[in-house]
Amino acid sequence: MFAIVSEAINVRAVAAALEAKSAGGIVTFVGIVRGHADDGRAVLGLRYEAFEPLALAEFEAIGREARDEYGVLAIAIVHRIGSLCVGEVAVAVAVAAEHRGAAFDACEYAIDELKRRAQIWKKELYADGDAQWKRNE
Amino acid sequence: MQVRVLLFASVAEAAGTREWLLEVGEHARVSDAWSRVESQLPELAEILRSTRVARNGKLASLDDELVDGDELAILPPVGGG
Repeated sequence: MFAIVSEAINVRAVAAALEAKSAGGIVTFVGIVRGHADDGRAVLGLRYEAFEPLALAEFEAIGREARDEYGVLAIAIVHRIGSLCVGEVAVAVAVAAEHRGAAFDACEYAIDELKRRAQIWKKELYADGDAQWKRNE
Repeated sequence: MQVRVLLFASVAEAAGTREWLLEVGEHARVSDAWSRVESQLPELAEILRSTRVARNGKLASLDDELVDGDELAILPPVGGG
């Protein structure tokens, strides 16, 4: 399942949607909006935008690479866009594999690659009224 | 010919719009449309240097030739996840 959604992500549903009959392990990563920025400033929330055709194509490419590289059985990536409050889920990545090692590795790969490549942007909204578009390093 | 340029994030905010319609010449390339964006938004020169461009939903190179009705997207440095 590869999706960009505007409403709250149901993390359990994302993992449940994985179709993998011989899976021995499922690893789920959940990215959550933090209440403070890297520089310590208090954050009220985030706003995410995406260029959806390209972002979804990138999710699919990442999914193919994860399956090819780590031999996992199924992978799901769901990212939320719009305005999110502190504590809300911004992204969920779930991976099913026969064994846990591959599931952990593939899940890490997928979120790292999403942050590096996917056409998605986030704006941090600070408690002091300031706001800034943040790029991933 | 006319092309549609989609803007996002900081670029859209600076431009005050999420979409531009550009008139370009017959044999214009992606680079021509990109230069027009750059000249309209000089204050974003630094960010624009790190942008990529998509044409009709796929990453494009500056040399690609434009066709009437093309949809370009100016893609600033990403920040997902």
